[in-house]
Amino acid sequence: MDVKAIREAFPVLHQEVNGHPLVYLDSSATSQKPIKVIEKLDEYYRGYNSNVHRGVHTLGTRATDEYEGAREKVRRFINASSTEEVIFTRGTTTAINTVAVSYGRANLSEGDEVIITPMEHHSNIIPWQQIVKETGANLKYIPLQPDGTIRIEDVKETITPKTKIVAVMHVSNVLGTINPVKEIARVAHEQGAVMLVDGAQSVPHMSIDVQDLDADFYAFSGHKMCGPTGVGVLYGKKSLLDKMEPVEFGGEMIDFVNLYDSTWKELPWKFEGGTPIIAGAVGLGAAIDFLTNIGLDEIRDHEEKLAAYAIQEMSKLDGMKIYGPDQRAGLVTFNLADVHPHDLATVLDAEGIAVRAGHHCAQPLMRWLDVSATARASFYLYNTEEDIDRLVAGLQTTKEYFGDVF
Amino acid sequence: MSFNNLDTLYRQVIMDHYKNPRNRGSIEGNPMTVDMNNPTCGDRIQLQLLIEDGHVKEAKFDGEGCSISLSSASMMTQAIKGKPVDEALKMSELFSEIMQGKDVDEGDIDLGDIEALQGVSKFPARIKCATLAWKAMEKGVDEEKQD
Repeated sequence: MDVKAIREAFPVLHQEVNGHPLVYLDSSATSQKPIKVIEKLDEYYRGYNSNVHRGVHTLGTRATDEYEGAREKVRRFINASSTEEVIFTRGTTTAINTVAVSYGRANLSEGDEVIITPMEHHSNIIPWQQIVKETGANLKYIPLQPDGTIRIEDVKETITPKTKIVAVMHVSNVLGTINPVKEIARVAHEQGAVMLVDGAQSVPHMSIDVQDLDADFYAFSGHKMCGPTGVGVLYGKKSLLDKMEPVEFGGEMIDFVNLYDSTWKELPWKFEGGTPIIAGAVGLGAAIDFLTNIGLDEIRDHEEKLAAYAIQEMSKLDGMKIYGPDQRAGLVTFNLADVHPHDLATVLDAEGIAVRAGHHCAQPLMRWLDVSATARASFYLYNTEEDIDRLVAGLQTTKEYFGDVF
Repeated sequence: MSFNNLDTLYRQVIMDHYKNPRNRGSIEGNPMTVDMNNPTCGDRIQLQLLIEDGHVKEAKFDGEGCSISLSSASMMTQAIKGKPVDEALKMSELFSEIMQGKDVDEGDIDLGDIEALQGVSKFPARIKCATLAWKAMEKGVDEEKQD
């Protein structure tokens, strides 16, 4: 993998921030965009912007072809068996909410269980909290090991015949844990439950085969995988989606509209009420082409090396506390001595280094870690060992700057 | 940005309040208690006020947060203690204007150490850290009025 050439493809990386060349280490929050994606959006808006699936004019046909072409790209990218199973959403959050509301409302009743883990992002906690309140079901958690991993024994212990839905993140946005979602899905299925996987932090970084994982639902966002903001995907097995009611009603998703009753379009469009996310989907298609050309296995390999190097170098700093298991995705969450992550992030920013500081939308996990906040450096295909060297130097500076305080 | 710029944010007096917070703890008896957090970052503060005869008789805080939010809480409690409630609210208003980078006319009000936080206005991402304690104070005074 030619990282130098890859970096050339990302215009935003080539700038100075606060007088220093930018080091962008916040790709888990959102990734940067390659020129191909930016150009694709430009092409769409300049060349053939039109509403899709209606009208007979030429631009409309072109926009529809591009939009549906993007759906086929997504299908191939995650190996769904049909484009009927690929629904464009606003992002992972909307995808999970769609399942919680549509599948949850129809299938949960008093005493049933929804199972999640304490490491989930808020977007895979709150939709379930809300739907169990509405239906009288119970929310239960698979316990975590001290290193932030899940044991399959605990999965088997937690999932019972009362369990209807199991929802687990594939990769933790804080710990970097890669969860055994295939094994969890097997246990869920044995007990008659369906399995939703939050793939926001996995799809951008490793090759995903939803059929191999046997996930019933798989949710992810475009903007974390070099695509535009505002577009994401809900994959669902056709057999399940067929039986599910839409959650948004209006234009685009209907078949016949009568005065007092209406019927829905077939899959996947019945879940895409309103003018769809056309430009976003087309841009996501370009992002998928870009990532596929480089190769997801190469990207995963690159990030694994970066994470190992980061841990090795960061561990040399006194007072460094790194969270998460040894085997991890390309991110490192940490605290440095008693320096508050905000203060740390401000000092790093003054050095041109962008990291995330805060609770990472995972307040229950912060409490499990017994911290109020952490800092996080996350890597992607365009990051280098030099970036990590700059980070470590910046952390050294931070220590010196706050050194006399503590 | 150099250390010089950082120094406009992390002034000596701020670091002093961070290291040696004034009025950290809780008030005995039955004070007005306000819990407030900054949902975007997880900082949280508990502020306790004892208001008598329209004056802030006692003010204490506890919580978790960065140097800016905790030093601001320390300075705020120091500034409002013993002051009429109206003056405390006026200070809050002034502080908010300072955070927006405005030149303020302090009039008779002595902001004291608080002025050291002026530099925060140049770090937009940190303004919410500095205003957390003040928002808690405003909320506390508001609730006291309703009682």
